[in-house]
Amino acid sequence: MDLFIAIFTGTIIAATPLIFAALGELVVEKSGVLNLGIEGMMLVGAAVGVWVSYAGLPMPLAIMSAAAAGALASLLFGVLALTFLTNQYAAGLSLTIFGTGVSAVIGKGFGSAPIDALIPLEIPFLTEIPVIGPLFFNYDPLVYFSFIMFGLISWFLYKTKAGLVVRTIGESPESSHAIGYPVIKIRYLAVMFGGAMAGLGGAYLSLAYTPLWVENMTAGKGWISLALVVFAAWRPARILFGAWLFGSMTILQLQGQALGISLPSEVLSSLPYIATIVVLVVISKNWQFLALNFPTSLAKPFRPAE
Amino acid sequence: MRFQIERRAEPSSFMRFGAPVYATFSTLVVSSIMFALLGHNPADTLFAFFITPLMTINGISEWLLKASPLILIGCGLAIGFRANVWNIGAEGQLVIGAVCASGVGLFYPAPESTLLLPLMVIAGMAGGMVWAAIPAFLRARMNTNEILVTLMMTYIATLLLSLLVHGPWRDPDGYNYPQTALLPDAAMFELFDPMYRLNTSILITVVAVFAMWFFTERSFFGYKMSVGGAAPLAARYAGFKQSRSIWVGLLISGGLAGIAGMAEAAGPLGQLSAQISPGYGFAAIIVAFIGRLHAVGIVLGGLLLSLLYLGGEAVQLSLGLPSALTSIFQGMLLFFLLASDFLIFYRFTPSPKPTKGGVT
Amino acid sequence: MPSFREIQEELPNVLETNMTPRLELRHICKRYPGVIANDDVSLSIMPGEIHAVLGENGAGKSTLMKIIYGAIRADEGEMVFDGNPIASHGPSVSRALGIEMVYQHFALFESVSVVENIALSVSGKFDLTVLANRVRDVSKKYGLPIDPHRFVYNLSVGERQRVEIVRCLMQKPKLLILDEPTSVLTPQAVIKLFETLRQLAAEGCSILYISHKLDEVQVLCDSATVLRNGLITGTAKPKQSTPIELARMMVGADLPETHLDPSTTSDTPFLNVNHLTAPSDNPFGISLNDVLLSVFGGEVVGIAGVSGNGQAELISFLSGEVLFKGADTITLGGKDVGQLDAGYRREQGLAFVPEERLGRGAVPPHHLSDNAMLTGHRLGMVKNWMIQRGKANDFAAQIIRKFNVKTTGYESAANSLSGGNLQKFIVGREIELGPKVLIISQPTWGVDVGAAAFIRQALIDLSRTGAAVLIISEELDELFEVCDRLYVICQGQLSKSLDRKNTNVEEVGLLMTGLNNNSNSDNSKAV
Repeated sequence: MDLFIAIFTGTIIAATPLIFAALGELVVEKSGVLNLGIEGMMLVGAAVGVWVSYAGLPMPLAIMSAAAAGALASLLFGVLALTFLTNQYAAGLSLTIFGTGVSAVIGKGFGSAPIDALIPLEIPFLTEIPVIGPLFFNYDPLVYFSFIMFGLISWFLYKTKAGLVVRTIGESPESSHAIGYPVIKIRYLAVMFGGAMAGLGGAYLSLAYTPLWVENMTAGKGWISLALVVFAAWRPARILFGAWLFGSMTILQLQGQALGISLPSEVLSSLPYIATIVVLVVISKNWQFLALNFPTSLAKPFRPAE
Repeated sequence: MRFQIERRAEPSSFMRFGAPVYATFSTLVVSSIMFALLGHNPADTLFAFFITPLMTINGISEWLLKASPLILIGCGLAIGFRANVWNIGAEGQLVIGAVCASGVGLFYPAPESTLLLPLMVIAGMAGGMVWAAIPAFLRARMNTNEILVTLMMTYIATLLLSLLVHGPWRDPDGYNYPQTALLPDAAMFELFDPMYRLNTSILITVVAVFAMWFFTERSFFGYKMSVGGAAPLAARYAGFKQSRSIWVGLLISGGLAGIAGMAEAAGPLGQLSAQISPGYGFAAIIVAFIGRLHAVGIVLGGLLLSLLYLGGEAVQLSLGLPSALTSIFQGMLLFFLLASDFLIFYRFTPSPKPTKGGVT
Repeated sequence: MPSFREIQEELPNVLETNMTPRLELRHICKRYPGVIANDDVSLSIMPGEIHAVLGENGAGKSTLMKIIYGAIRADEGEMVFDGNPIASHGPSVSRALGIEMVYQHFALFESVSVVENIALSVSGKFDLTVLANRVRDVSKKYGLPIDPHRFVYNLSVGERQRVEIVRCLMQKPKLLILDEPTSVLTPQAVIKLFETLRQLAAEGCSILYISHKLDEVQVLCDSATVLRNGLITGTAKPKQSTPIELARMMVGADLPETHLDPSTTSDTPFLNVNHLTAPSDNPFGISLNDVLLSVFGGEVVGIAGVSGNGQAELISFLSGEVLFKGADTITLGGKDVGQLDAGYRREQGLAFVPEERLGRGAVPPHHLSDNAMLTGHRLGMVKNWMIQRGKANDFAAQIIRKFNVKTTGYESAANSLSGGNLQKFIVGREIELGPKVLIISQPTWGVDVGAAAFIRQALIDLSRTGAAVLIISEELDELFEVCDRLYVICQGQLSKSLDRKNTNVEEVGLLMTGLNNNSNSDNSKAV
């Protein structure tokens, strides 16, 4: 039972950074923009979070700074892709390369110095319930926040006019412009939101999950988040499901010995990456299913006529 | 005076060459400010970064040594990028190339054979190609996004390398370092001068650059691939098969990355180790873009990025600046270059004066 | 053109002259690099007036309308609405003023429902249930039936236009702009649209009606402003003018005519489609149902129909851009080619001009020499896998010369050419390949009158040398002008073959609305 609880909670926790980053990218992609720079933004968020925390400032401030740093980093991509109409693949890659470098420079000063981690919330009564308590009510605040964000984003995209505007810009920026929506401005906001969410995901890694700064500590989680959006066929609920799937792969690697798996750690470590490929193959075979929610204008440069 | 952005009637050919100059200049300006903020004299730092490394023959040798894999991989990637085939996993193909070639170098029954080095080249190329063939197959047959697959394959490749050098291939006499035994002499590229590390593998790069130029500028297949990249529907309209572009784009880039990995093991390193590449596979993406996916540009881009690596090391030693500055430089340069491309297709013109009650 | 200005002042307005004009434009100018889209354009429209802006493709009509609506900015000039100068405005300001616009290619989103589309341009609380009821009310009042909860991708083009018009009417507009609204309608639907527009005008709404179709303008409009090359070339009372007068103002010369000589056709069809049935694999696509089609050498055959009825799908199967996985269904010169790709079919003598010029018929950033090679490479431009650049240049130069393409030379990028010139280049390239079968989709979309006549004549001439020519077009006039035989496509079904001499616009129009007499609203698919 303890092992089950460990795997269950471990999965939820390992999925949290992916949920943040993938939900953010979902909103970006829904608006028709493909930002491949998640990895870079997560790293910047992770490093800035540690930096602020290391400076002795309170945890909420560290988390907010990480989100702000992610949003700021995303602006680099935004300027290239939205204002200068650069190929979005190239712009996203350059953000990843840039973010990796910036985060390394920021993180230089406190390499691997342990910091005060974000700790699980004690919820009166609920946390103490046997089994249920440890399974559902023994997480740090950011885990709960990721669920709140999931609810908010689902509601925003499908129940509000602003969400409708974002989705329709993703289908046809030309038509949105024609009926008077400021396409570029809205896309900037979406990109910055995605950056803030990636920053949060990064902060979760360095402030709660690990918790310390290691160069390149995201180890591909940004890219996996991108894959999650495809896997989710651009629907929020499937992002949660996918993130748990990948989270469980990560936990399998940590709990491998407890489960009696005697494979080299490298083999277990490669599971999330292999799973990503398998999932991508399965999902991309069914493109008719993908087409329904796919933002048609994704990654196509747009400039309003004047 | 206010300015507005206007689309040019024809792309500016002046800006095609002017844009990289603007980008380099902007990078220098911004980095000078950055150095000044870090408390270093910008002029001295830039000198230490870009000039000092090239003032010795050893410096030149190191410069070319590092530029060679960047250019080699960049050429391969550019062929794919031209066709909208996004191999982002050259790093992984490089690793597998090094693994396969080292495997041949370590275990070939005749370690003295002159065949050993050519066999390793073939093994390295084949390894890189196989690693790239998986995403090629998935993209061509299943329409699976090759960006994500090549990246995931890179992580897997790195883990595979780690598994080997920590496990079965670890040098028993190597004090537990994650590396193999040294490769036999016959497995090594010859040095031009025993004093310096530059070796004959650079000749492969030279050949690759010419071949790449010929392929993209003169061959019909290169033309077909560029049509597929610029307008996929036009390629289908003309009956050019996209799947061929995918296969060729990935196999060439994978093969060249594999050779680059092989040349690291059979060159400056002399063995397979966990740190086979300082990120050449990723930096080559920048090289390809800086070089505008053009053979000549890629050579210049490779030389520039190699210099950034050397400069980063130099200022780390002489001024104590963090080596990660190199990647900031890379990112900044790429950023400015991509942004300045805009000037090829658009220009800034003074806004017309608004007339009375003008409709704006 | 002072004389036309004088005419304008002499003519008394049909409506009370002491009223404030609904809209006045004064000296509007709009320049693009290398083109002046609008040069000193002024016009005025009264409440309840239906005013035509007449001009051929590229005359600057759409630019002018977008300036009024605020979707683009004028460089110079002023706009006065209901007596108030409008300093600066975007579409949302326009809507607040009561200006609404129906775009030629629609500003609708396929992936969401009708009511969601309408919600995007209606201010107020976001409540789709309430809005759906309002949509129903408005659509009933103006005889424009639509179901607010259907997804737009399920709607026919005619229904989409209804959605656009209802979207405008939700706001009780004072000025309604319609950009070439009839190009997507059957002749019968045009009559119904005109009824709606007259009803609106009677309620006091001013209507700006953009068109290049003289007969429609004469039937519908009270007054007209004629544009040519961005300049006003005249104003008129269409009901009192002759088509020849209007045409002269519009084109600057008499309308060119094409000559359709009689010809002899081949014994066997060059292109044959035998019971082609293909369910769409795309949720937004149209399924083809039992299509029978044959085109013989020496004839021009047309396929009429409103866009979005399966033309795109049928063309892709014919061109080989999409393969058909069935035997003996598509034959080219007697050979079964259904499973062979576009390149192979071209080797069998097929040539094809798609409706999308940039990005399909031509590679936008590539120069014309490269674009000549796109399909012309079989004419000895490749030797030992190497490009023979000189041959490609010669071929491009030959096309430019023979088809009178206005460009600086074969080194110009395809996307630097105007739409009409690029079309001449692509048509020229395909004709110069000497095809046995030429398929051409929307041959004269966005092409000016002179170039359109030139292209039409070139197609007829090609058929008279023995080739089979298949034209897919929305323009019935065009098909009646150049075709020997006609088919009509509707909802993925093709009609029987009609001899041009034994049919008329009414019969074709009826077939365009549905072969089995089922109305457009019956084509709902399982969602």
